[in-house]
Amino acid sequence: MSGAPLLEVRDLSVSFRTQDGTVHAVDGVSFTVNRGEVLGIVGESGSGKSVTAMTLMRLILDQNAVFSGEVLFQGRDLMQLSQGDMLQVRGKQISMIFQDPMTSLNPVYRVGWQIDEQLRAHEGLSAKQARRRTLELLGAVGIPNPEARIDDYPHQFSGGMRQRVMIAMGLSCNPDVLIADEPTTALDVTIQAQILELIGNLQREFDSAVVLITHDLGVVAEVADRVAVMYAGRIVEYAEVGELFRGPQHPYTWGLLGSISRLDRPRQRRLAAISGQPPSLISLPAGCSFRPRCPFAFDRCRAERPALEARSGPGHLDACLLSADQKQARRAATPEAS
Amino acid sequence: MLTFVIRRMIATVFVVFTITVLVFLIFFHTPGVDPARKLAGRNPSPDTIKAIKHQYGLDRPLPVQYLILMKKLFISRDLTSYSNQGQKVVPEIVAATPVTLSLVLGAAVIWVVVSILMGVAAAVLRGTIFDPMLMVLALIGISMPVFWLGEMANLITQDRYHDTFLFSWVPPLGYTPLTQDPVMWFKHLVIPWLVLSVLYIGLYARVLRADLLETENEDYVRTARAKGLSERRVLLRHTLRTSMISFVSLFGLDFGVLVGGGALLVEVVFALPGVGLLTYQSLISLDLPVIMATVIYGAIFIVIANAVVDVGYAWLDPRVRPA
Ligand SMILES: Nc1ncnc2c1ncn2[C@@H]1O[C@H](COP(=O)(O)OP(=O)(O)O)[C@@H](O)[C@H]1O
Ligand SMILES: [Mg+2]
Repeated sequence: MSGAPLLEVRDLSVSFRTQDGTVHAVDGVSFTVNRGEVLGIVGESGSGKSVTAMTLMRLILDQNAVFSGEVLFQGRDLMQLSQGDMLQVRGKQISMIFQDPMTSLNPVYRVGWQIDEQLRAHEGLSAKQARRRTLELLGAVGIPNPEARIDDYPHQFSGGMRQRVMIAMGLSCNPDVLIADEPTTALDVTIQAQILELIGNLQREFDSAVVLITHDLGVVAEVADRVAVMYAGRIVEYAEVGELFRGPQHPYTWGLLGSISRLDRPRQRRLAAISGQPPSLISLPAGCSFRPRCPFAFDRCRAERPALEARSGPGHLDACLLSADQKQARRAATPEAS
Repeated sequence: MLTFVIRRMIATVFVVFTITVLVFLIFFHTPGVDPARKLAGRNPSPDTIKAIKHQYGLDRPLPVQYLILMKKLFISRDLTSYSNQGQKVVPEIVAATPVTLSLVLGAAVIWVVVSILMGVAAAVLRGTIFDPMLMVLALIGISMPVFWLGEMANLITQDRYHDTFLFSWVPPLGYTPLTQDPVMWFKHLVIPWLVLSVLYIGLYARVLRADLLETENEDYVRTARAKGLSERRVLLRHTLRTSMISFVSLFGLDFGVLVGGGALLVEVVFALPGVGLLTYQSLISLDLPVIMATVIYGAIFIVIANAVVDVGYAWLDPRVRPA
């Protein structure tokens, strides 16, 4: 790790003008990704994870989207680049894999061709070289007998195998950053573990940084180095992974922790960890967005929007107005979040 | 793939057989329709009718009648017209086929090219004023009846403005075979091509635009962008390529119907001696053998087009290919 972070997101906001009003999908999000690191972004569905990821890639083409903030990558602000310049970044320096492997590959092309296409777009390889590299990649992501599978069509693969193909594609040009948006959500549990392990291994092997997006804290516990917890378009807690699991600071994180299935201890109370619904992103409550669902809310939460800052120790940021001592006391009293 | 093609061909033969049986029954054994009476002229005596029935084999059992007819159609090819006894039906259809093919092929080239350009342009320009403008234009094309459009074209190019420099090149209505004089062939056909293609340009442009916009939301198009492909490549290789699946199947069916006699109105309006005009004339004189032969000819073309579409579909979409 030398000096500046590989990728730095500063105060990124994305909103969509709709007929019902402006949807504030991402609201002042900042984080950094260092070389060789896995950053987990966790949050319920609708918390703005995908919009954040797609914005980093400048893939949101909606005419009604309004952006602000910076995405600094190798000394450039990606938000200021033209779509033409982004072509050199996408797939080459930052690549992305998606939630649903069943629909993310083009059904009419052979999988090998689809990987070749990316290689040829960025690396100027001959057809022969591209094919050799594709074979290597398919082997590296654990597709058995790649020579036989390279000319198969996506529908001839299982979901897990397709996600492996997507990972091979994502890594094909040795990207600096791989963004994985819920890469295991659509897969069944045993396959999930394999895919996560694969991402972990390849991340070390290819020395890429990974942004791993998920709604499941259990997933980030496995592979992430640092974690950002998102709620209603904002980051509410941001810490090194061990630190987050040892001393989670935000009541929303406690709720998420309570809903992880853990084998090492009996489940005390079944999920109902966080009651209520996430707020409408069109009319967010004043003050803390989590207040309406927070069992520990008090007067200040209504009036004051808590900033994301270090309240419990250096490097561990959270956006909850309770003091560190109050948090410890309240958490100890909540059985499922201990 | 090969077994698929063969299976499809067997199915095609079976369908054609079924159609010939149905057509035979409808034309020769619908109650109230007595071909012998029609053949015998005014006030025939029962004896004449009997003689004619015998002559045409109409007193034989049904299956035998069917076989005789099929033999005359497909093997000896000497089925004769009822209204014009010297006229052999099959050679006439054979002679009319190139005319219809010329008309439909030319129009198809125009409508495929123009509708792809229009559909893609509208999809790319969505959000601007050009998209709705193109689509209204397409709708106008769809709403204009082809015979009206044809008559208008004739009125303008043959009559009102024929003597101006714009249309003085337009030959009188009719047809010249390609092999005889390609330039004349072209001059005769340009206006019918345009008239016939207008409807399909409108339809296909609208269908393609809708399909492109739908495909645009597919995850794999997002993947294609995430790979760093240019917008142009995303559009041509991913969005348009998958949208072509439904475009091509639609095309195959319409093409089959038109070659099968569906271009009748255009052929009549422009006096092109194709299969449609033949059908039209035989309908006016209720000339059963000719009607039957053109119907079977049309059915065969439509069924073949269907089979080609199925094979083409499998070629375009690996998911429906048999493993
Ligand atoms: N193009 C769009 N127009 C309007 N709202 C959108 C658009 N894209 C996303 N949103 C909204 O932004 C919010 C965040 O979505 P998303 O980032 O997909 O959530 P998730 O965390 O589940 O990935 C959602 O409420 C979603 O409805
Ligand atoms: Mg998402």
